[in-house]
Amino acid sequence: MIRFAFAIVLSLTAMTASAQIEIQEITSPDGIDAWLVEEESIPFVALEIIFDGGATLDLPGKRGATNLMMALLEEGSGDLDARTFQEKRENLAASFGFSTGDDAVTVSAVFLVENQDEALALLRDALVNPRFDQSAIDRVRAQVLSGIRSDATNPNRIAGATLDALAFGDHPYGSSLDGTAESVAGLTQQDLFDAHRNALSTGRVYVGAAGDISADALGELVDELLGALPEDVPALPDRIDFDLSGGTTIVPFDTPQSVALFGHSGIERDDDDFFAAFILNEVMGGRGVESRLMREVREKRGLTYGVSTFLVPKDLSEMYLGQVASANDRIADAIAVIRDEWALMANEGLSQEELDDAKTYLTGAYPLRFDGNADIAGILAGMQSVGLSTDYVANRNDFINAVTLDDVNRVAAELLDPENLHFVVVGQPEGLTSTE
Amino acid sequence: MRLLAAALSLVAFSATAEDVTTYQLDNGMDIVVIEDHRAPVVVHMLWYRAGSADEPVGSSGVAHYLEHLLFKATETVESGEFQRVVAANGGSDNAFTSYDYTGYFQRVAADRLPLMMQYEADRMNNLVLTEEDIVTERGVILEERNQRVENSPGALAREQMRAAQFLNHRYGVPIIGWKHEMEELDIEDALSFYDLYYSPNNAILVVAGDVEPDEVLALAEQYYGPIPSEQNLPERLRSQEPPQTAERRLVYEDPRVSQPYISRSYLAPERDAGDQRDAAALTYLADLLGGSSFTSVLPIALQFDANIAVYSGAFYDGLNLDDGTFGLTVVPADGVSLQDAEDAMDAAIAAFLEDGIDPARMEALRIQLRAGEIYARDDVGGIARRYGSALTSGLTVDDVQAWPDILQSVTAEEVLEVANRVLDRKQSVTGWVVPNREALQ
Repeated sequence: MIRFAFAIVLSLTAMTASAQIEIQEITSPDGIDAWLVEEESIPFVALEIIFDGGATLDLPGKRGATNLMMALLEEGSGDLDARTFQEKRENLAASFGFSTGDDAVTVSAVFLVENQDEALALLRDALVNPRFDQSAIDRVRAQVLSGIRSDATNPNRIAGATLDALAFGDHPYGSSLDGTAESVAGLTQQDLFDAHRNALSTGRVYVGAAGDISADALGELVDELLGALPEDVPALPDRIDFDLSGGTTIVPFDTPQSVALFGHSGIERDDDDFFAAFILNEVMGGRGVESRLMREVREKRGLTYGVSTFLVPKDLSEMYLGQVASANDRIADAIAVIRDEWALMANEGLSQEELDDAKTYLTGAYPLRFDGNADIAGILAGMQSVGLSTDYVANRNDFINAVTLDDVNRVAAELLDPENLHFVVVGQPEGLTSTE
Repeated sequence: MRLLAAALSLVAFSATAEDVTTYQLDNGMDIVVIEDHRAPVVVHMLWYRAGSADEPVGSSGVAHYLEHLLFKATETVESGEFQRVVAANGGSDNAFTSYDYTGYFQRVAADRLPLMMQYEADRMNNLVLTEEDIVTERGVILEERNQRVENSPGALAREQMRAAQFLNHRYGVPIIGWKHEMEELDIEDALSFYDLYYSPNNAILVVAGDVEPDEVLALAEQYYGPIPSEQNLPERLRSQEPPQTAERRLVYEDPRVSQPYISRSYLAPERDAGDQRDAAALTYLADLLGGSSFTSVLPIALQFDANIAVYSGAFYDGLNLDDGTFGLTVVPADGVSLQDAEDAMDAAIAAFLEDGIDPARMEALRIQLRAGEIYARDDVGGIARRYGSALTSGLTVDDVQAWPDILQSVTAEEVLEVANRVLDRKQSVTGWVVPNREALQ
């Protein structure tokens, strides 16, 4: 591949909705809201359900409970053990996904119209009546522990864990949502029932659906699926500032290519300047147009295969991050170039031409993001979870076009903070030293 | 568990043929048009029947290197201009290289198709490389190798496994290239591969989305039609594997390995034109042995009936020009030795071959494959990739369209027959991937 498909999922689903879609807002008979895009040409439905809260709701000493709980939802419910549950699901050719993020847990499902009632009954059981059998807990816990062990020697994961710990300390954002070997080993069945009670409630749920289903049918479906979940929600942790000043942290690791993760504090998703920051990032290290960092680090100097930056507006804090990887004897050069570009952009901003090119790309790409039922269902749920309304889809390109060169360059000066840009480097970098 | 099968009879699937139209230009270029009018978007893909297995000896990685260099200048287009034009039109683009093909694609609003063709046709014939391009982009591919391979013990182990599996066939050489050969790639290596293989009679144009076939044909004639065909295009004759008569084993040690595991590969037939039944049976075999973490043979034996593994799986992909591999992986549970885990894996396979296949499992897989065809229609880009990868792997449009029906008609007897033929340790490589020698105890 000419460009690496970075495995980074940003909580920016709202930025990738489509101008092509026609969104219906529905409220179920029991009062649960859902958004729908009806698409009748293929006889299946995709559903995405986001429950805000996620791994930040792990109780003290129980880090990893939400993640283990979600992984166990597919491991048996009601009177079905894990294998019987899965055999039933496979025979219906439905797929269910259960995932955990810092700020939300997500349930995804695709199912055929022709056996939709059976598929939903099965999914409902998984959400409402999970068994958390001890045998399943032990089996899945061993898988999670194996993953934790592997992450301990994965340079990218080491870099992420190090930056999170430096920036957020004891806050849930400061540690992996997988938990530690110790915390996961100590989780009991009761901990999983507690995590289930806390993570899945209709008080903070967002539902998106796309496919061959009517608004009325979706309303009934949502009630059937979620109606038995509790409505009250536990309090979220407090907000936290990104508490890390400029410098370099080296984590020695014997590998040929150093991996660097860098960043400083970011900007809130609902800040008036978010669109200006979004365009700024596109020019700095985005992937649509050729970014400044790709041009300077890769195209001109051949120092890396990929360098990118991304805004990370989490629910309780904001970061502006980037990543790069270069051979141990070249990473110092790559970092020097990035620091120079950071300062240059902060001081001088971007040109009218760069702004125009970024706008052309972002507004042109917007209607092309319509890419299948599952993606659309995810976008619909994601938009609701960040507080957008359905008319955002029609207005989003106007918001982009309204950003002026003065706006974006003012935001560049405010947001970009070369002094506080901190690099975490995992590897055996030559010519770099830790600053603390 | 059997009664669950009753629910399946309710599932009445409609056979669905995508709207596919094919043409061939006078210069030999094949064209496949797939209509999907749900959104005003088009995917424009150009596939060359040239991948890493077609490279000359000693210049491994040149197919992929050339893929990168195709984004540089041509006689009339600046370096990077095509990408900028795609972006300026709101589109996305990328390229990919495999053993048997190299491909380029753009996804744009449907009315921008002529512009994409204009640029893609231009770079088929008019690339102008400079010494500076060669040097900086070589740095980039070496960093790509660092990122994908050198920094990943699993990827390094896979390279060793494939090198052991293919003694005589180029599938044993990594697509990205061996590092020492990548470092020596030069402008002549890139241009000689380009001049020979980047020709209309070696290319397949796949256009999928909101388009009319006759309009695509007219545009293709306008942009690709004038490019002369390559008269010296060689037949794709690769040196084939000799029969493997001795099991091969290796231990890959790397301190960055946290979780030891076992990987096994067997030489296995691929999908051949007009002859896809073995491959279809192997597709079932992979699903039966390890496709599901809950209902397949290895997970049941190693993760449910006994606490031997934390993960087990089976893999098969029949889309190669020449014979490929059938793979197994087992990650032992804490405290279980690699030898015990491997023995349990082999015992589970032996029991499967002895006991035969539960008809309910075959039927469940048939249903899932049929449903997979319904879900697949949601992703027209995926359908386009099916055609591109098949047509560059020696198959025809008819083979692609026959494949779902062949899958439906595979019998348990055929699966067992191919299983007995393929799952022979004498035709296998077994790798143990460990942090150090102590982990072997």
